[in-house]
Amino acid sequence: MPQILVEGLSKTFRIAERKPGMLGAVGGLFRRQYRSVDALRNVGFTIEEGELVGYIGPNGAGKSTTIKILSGILVPSAGRCEVLGRIPWKQRREHVASIGVVFGQRTQLWWDLPVIESFDLLRDIYRVPNSEYRQKKEELIDMLDLSNLLDTPVRQLSLGQRVRCDIAAALLHTPRILFLDEPTRGLDAVSKLNVRAFIKRICREEKVTVLLTTHDLDDIEALCDRILILGDGQLLMDGSIADLREQYGDSRYIAVELETFAVTSPEHEKLVVERSDSHILFSLESDVPAFVDDVLRRYPVKDLLITHPPIEHVVATMYQAANIEH
Amino acid sequence: MSTALLRSYMAVVAVRFRMLLQYRAAALAGIATQIFWGCIKLMVFGAFYAVAVTTPPMTFTAIVVYVWLGQVLIGLLPWNHDPELQELFTSGGVAYELLRPLDLYWFWFARTLAFRTAPTLLRMVPGLLFATLLLPLIGLPEWALPAPASVAHGLMFSVSFVVTVMLSCAITILITISMFWMIESRGLSTFMYGVVPVLSGMIVPLPLFPDWMQPFLHWQPFRGLCDVPFRIYSGDIPLAMASQEIVLQLAWTVILIVFGYGLASRARMRLVVQGG
Repeated sequence: MPQILVEGLSKTFRIAERKPGMLGAVGGLFRRQYRSVDALRNVGFTIEEGELVGYIGPNGAGKSTTIKILSGILVPSAGRCEVLGRIPWKQRREHVASIGVVFGQRTQLWWDLPVIESFDLLRDIYRVPNSEYRQKKEELIDMLDLSNLLDTPVRQLSLGQRVRCDIAAALLHTPRILFLDEPTRGLDAVSKLNVRAFIKRICREEKVTVLLTTHDLDDIEALCDRILILGDGQLLMDGSIADLREQYGDSRYIAVELETFAVTSPEHEKLVVERSDSHILFSLESDVPAFVDDVLRRYPVKDLLITHPPIEHVVATMYQAANIEH
Repeated sequence: MSTALLRSYMAVVAVRFRMLLQYRAAALAGIATQIFWGCIKLMVFGAFYAVAVTTPPMTFTAIVVYVWLGQVLIGLLPWNHDPELQELFTSGGVAYELLRPLDLYWFWFARTLAFRTAPTLLRMVPGLLFATLLLPLIGLPEWALPAPASVAHGLMFSVSFVVTVMLSCAITILITISMFWMIESRGLSTFMYGVVPVLSGMIVPLPLFPDWMQPFLHWQPFRGLCDVPFRIYSGDIPLAMASQEIVLQLAWTVILIVFGYGLASRARMRLVVQGG
């Protein structure tokens, strides 16, 4: 029996709408117009214990909606969903006691309280036995390097510090499943690396199942063996990074900054994705070293950077392949 | 409810209570206003009583009790609600609320309890000092808040007062839950702002309203906020009637809690959390 089971999951929101202008505003007083938005359409997957799964897709694809259904906050319109054998929104209280959730863009800590008091309150709310709590707290403080932050009110923390504290807060009751909704969003490089290392560690050492949404493909590459790609409410792919690259082109982006403006050669021109004055962005599928060599010889290069295409580009390629409107 | 679960809710109350006790300056400013209003009201009622041609339905002492308890306990009046909970709705933080292994209604009830009692406690102490000790000292003993009519009245008052706090929370939380439907609670708050002070007796003691209104005033829920406990304290409600009045007060509290609980469960099922 998988830990997380999702089958034919759909969620339709009804959104009140009014026509623009004064007439629309007055009309809205008498008759509300509703528009249906399909946030999720027939989504299905299973996740086993100890898996670290990346959940990606553009803004509005339905990632957060899925997480909110899986964590018992939202009730789906149709479909089946079981987590640890429970139906999240029906057995919400038992369910949430066994999961941890972090929404990257907002904190679950009490704004005016020192971090440690938020932790203590969570201990009371989750009814964690004292000895267990002390041990877990020490462990998390040590792993996430929080000892200097404990007496600081949450509002005074930097984003990176806050996210670390939030992750600790989500794990104090030793959940078996952790949902992370864009945990690295807005973090600087060092914080990002720390957060990634930590996620990997708890997954490997403590067999915590992790479902992670992100826009950062590097997060996915560093962490996940498996990715789920969602587009426009539908599951587009369920597989490994290698599968994704194989299917939709293992391209590299090469960003070049020039000392002075230079005209690109015709064969290079075909590879240009973006160009502005002295900055050129190339995209190519293979032979990266030879190409870089060629670029360095031909143009007055000041700086050069090789990256993966952003996740949006990969998904955009996917969209085109799947022919989905967005 | 198990004791462990009860402890969870108590922890929520305690934290919020401690946080709210920080607002001392606001409380001092508040009680200064309340003392001022109390004096004005006593002057007005004093003037009316001096020229009354028939025997008023309440003694002047009962009026004094009514006015001072009202001014001191004005923070309990449920015409507004916790801005922290309002913030949850506008920011989407309500998602985290549902992630706690607590019942949403009682979780919010716990926070509302702190929101109602902490500021009230802050104002009560200086307010009571003024009304009981300072007024006789400055030569206005007839305006001072007396002790309860008897020890028994005092005890009955304490019971009624506990019910008042619960009733106040039950009404406050209805305003909060209404935000599931309205997002913006100012509409309902404005309505409550007009209705609650009048129907509770905070503006004018309810026995002073015209006779034809008395049956309605007697049975409506807001009376349990001021009129019942205050008149038990002063002895205006005789001891024999007090328990009956408290039962009515309690009945309304239970009805409103059950109603709010049902509303919260329904609201949860149709929840839309914006974003992503």
